[in-house]
Amino acid sequence: MAKIKYHMLVCGGTGCQAAKSEEILKNFQDLINAKGLETEVQAIKTGCFGFCEKGPIVKMMPDNTFYTQVKPEDCAEILEEHIIKGRKVHRLLYKDPETGEYKSDSKHMGFYKKQIRIALRNCGFINPENIDEYIARDGYQAMGKVLTELTPEATIEILKKSGLRGRGGGGFPTGLKWEITRAVKADQKYVVCNADEGDPGAFMDRSVLEGDPHTVLEAMAINGYCTGADKGVIYIRAEYPLAVERLKIAMKQARDYGLLGNDILGTGFNFDIEIRYGAGAFVCGEETALIHSMEGLRGEPTVKPPFPSESGFLGKPTNVNNVETYANIPAIINKGADWFASIGTEKSKGTKVFALAGKINNVGLIEVPMGITLREVIFEIGGGIKNDRKFKAVQTGGPSGGMLTEKDLDTPIDYDNLIAAGSMMGSGGMIVMDEDDCMVAMAKFYLEFTVEESCGKCSPCRIGNKRLFEMLEKVTQGHATMEDLDKLRNLSHVIKDTSLCGLGQTSPNPVLSSMANFANEYLEHIGEKKCRAGSCKALMQYIIIPENCIGCTLCARNCPVDAIIGERKQVHVIDQDKCIKCGACMEKCKFNAIFIK
Amino acid sequence: MAKIKLSEKKIAELKEVCKSFNNEKGELINVLHKAQSIFGYLPAELQEVIAKELNVSVAHVYGVVTFYSFFTMTPKGEHPISICLGTACYVRGAEKVLEEFKRVLKIQVGETSADGKFSLSCLRCVGACGLAPVVLVGEKVYGRVSPDGVKDIVAEYSNL
Repeated sequence: MAKIKYHMLVCGGTGCQAAKSEEILKNFQDLINAKGLETEVQAIKTGCFGFCEKGPIVKMMPDNTFYTQVKPEDCAEILEEHIIKGRKVHRLLYKDPETGEYKSDSKHMGFYKKQIRIALRNCGFINPENIDEYIARDGYQAMGKVLTELTPEATIEILKKSGLRGRGGGGFPTGLKWEITRAVKADQKYVVCNADEGDPGAFMDRSVLEGDPHTVLEAMAINGYCTGADKGVIYIRAEYPLAVERLKIAMKQARDYGLLGNDILGTGFNFDIEIRYGAGAFVCGEETALIHSMEGLRGEPTVKPPFPSESGFLGKPTNVNNVETYANIPAIINKGADWFASIGTEKSKGTKVFALAGKINNVGLIEVPMGITLREVIFEIGGGIKNDRKFKAVQTGGPSGGMLTEKDLDTPIDYDNLIAAGSMMGSGGMIVMDEDDCMVAMAKFYLEFTVEESCGKCSPCRIGNKRLFEMLEKVTQGHATMEDLDKLRNLSHVIKDTSLCGLGQTSPNPVLSSMANFANEYLEHIGEKKCRAGSCKALMQYIIIPENCIGCTLCARNCPVDAIIGERKQVHVIDQDKCIKCGACMEKCKFNAIFIK
Repeated sequence: MAKIKLSEKKIAELKEVCKSFNNEKGELINVLHKAQSIFGYLPAELQEVIAKELNVSVAHVYGVVTFYSFFTMTPKGEHPISICLGTACYVRGAEKVLEEFKRVLKIQVGETSADGKFSLSCLRCVGACGLAPVVLVGEKVYGRVSPDGVKDIVAEYSNL
């Protein structure tokens, strides 16, 4: 290692891989070999850097140069210029959209400035397929400390003092959960890692597993030591093949090093981990449903109590934590509870990873201290709204959360504030919407998801959500009445109050929050049959402005259903009964003669 | 529905898989994952074999197969096309892309084209939100797909 002068870190996250980062890595390796630089330069595949918008990312160490949107054909130039001639390739540096300045170090980029990386501390820094790199960054040190210096009680005390709360959505205090599981007497206990990331638009768990799998293994072993379990199970989505592969590699390496298995570090502590696959069911994020799925059954939830900490996997006490929660734990043990508790707000400590997506300039994965405001996240880190459109709303908490608006932009983000604002933390999806998004249609989109994902066990969720969806459909098609609004609201509350598990208890949130924050839009859909965002097709009309139309026939020729009538050099008219509202005419018209009513 | 004749060789392979999981009924989901990767889908006849091997009722197997969206009972096309309808992709226009695929391929979601070349499905978030809207053809990911780009994607596979 000592001889290597340059490391080229190539992002191996899903987004970058989809944009050919594997090919980039291979090109670099071939070029390095061809030039005989193997002893001085090394190209490594790392986990996600987070800045997916500008991917594929290549970072040069030790000088921290951050190249964005690299293409496979750029590799030769980077090697030639940067490594051999010592000159930065300017055109691939990040250009600050405001000042137009090129920034070579990620630390000075708006996207990274306000981030604090704890759970993602190793993502993008290490090769996730090499345990030595994890160990070099204090990996397995926390486990060593816990096993040799601390009792389970003392370790749990550190977690309680740190204030860490579950990052999967609920926000239950992690230390307390471990303490409860520890207190139950049983011949066999299990610890489980919930990696069934089901919130569409959130991908932080995937990035941790792909970028730093060992941190999860280490934390699970610590969990086992504290709760008295010698078996761990990772329940992961089958749709995440890369994460699965890296976990398998990591588990094998850890076993080879004696960091998993029997008599770990000679302390007499035994712990091993196996992987179980999900098969695509959102409800399996719920603890009891997840456990049933692990047992090979339909992933339906059951009534709590009994809680999994008393009777879980195969009827034994089971401690379930989420990937991101686990990723925080080794850092807390290493740096201390006080350090962790110094970050964040009074009741929400530490950081939270958010997947920033939607109509925002900098899509990506960010980790920010609790207590940061939505304004800072969206406008400073996220770089504002795409195409200079106007910010309209942001949905946090995925399908279980609510829509937050302009008035919430300066609220510090933490578990309790988000709930007070009618949304929730959830797993950390953050979808930004602009003025072109119809809030009724968004609520309908989330409800469609819930209807599809409802397991069907309890009727409020199975039938209620379906009815909610149908009512929203009526609104978007212009058939609803004012009475329907009351029905929507009432039914939403009934579903929330009577559903069995978290899925149904939160599924009406998008409806309630959009009704509260965008009442006008609902009223316009019903009263004026108008969708101000222009996204509800049934309420749209394409109209030709007679003054602007010169009768060029271009629109009529491009209409796929022949809905436009008119002679050459005569004003054309759109037959509203035939029109399928595809927008082809408006796109083709060179005279701005077509508008949407 | 006519009975499907399953290949003997593949059945033997499946039985081996069941055996490798000790014919344990708790391993049903793992077995189904392997079975789908061997056969490409999970027809009723196959579920009968699995039920027998793991000593559970066919209804139990069917219940699990139909519960999870990853499992399918219809064969997929040679080039399965999946459109991501996760929120990030939806907000960036995935629905229009889906409509265009339906129009170009003349099939609905969940169907396979008459020549068996393409099948169309939707999925929720592949975690490549930076590239939204995202389309998968087999394992290959296409990012920032616009309705105009749909024809090109289909053309890429039509003559293969």
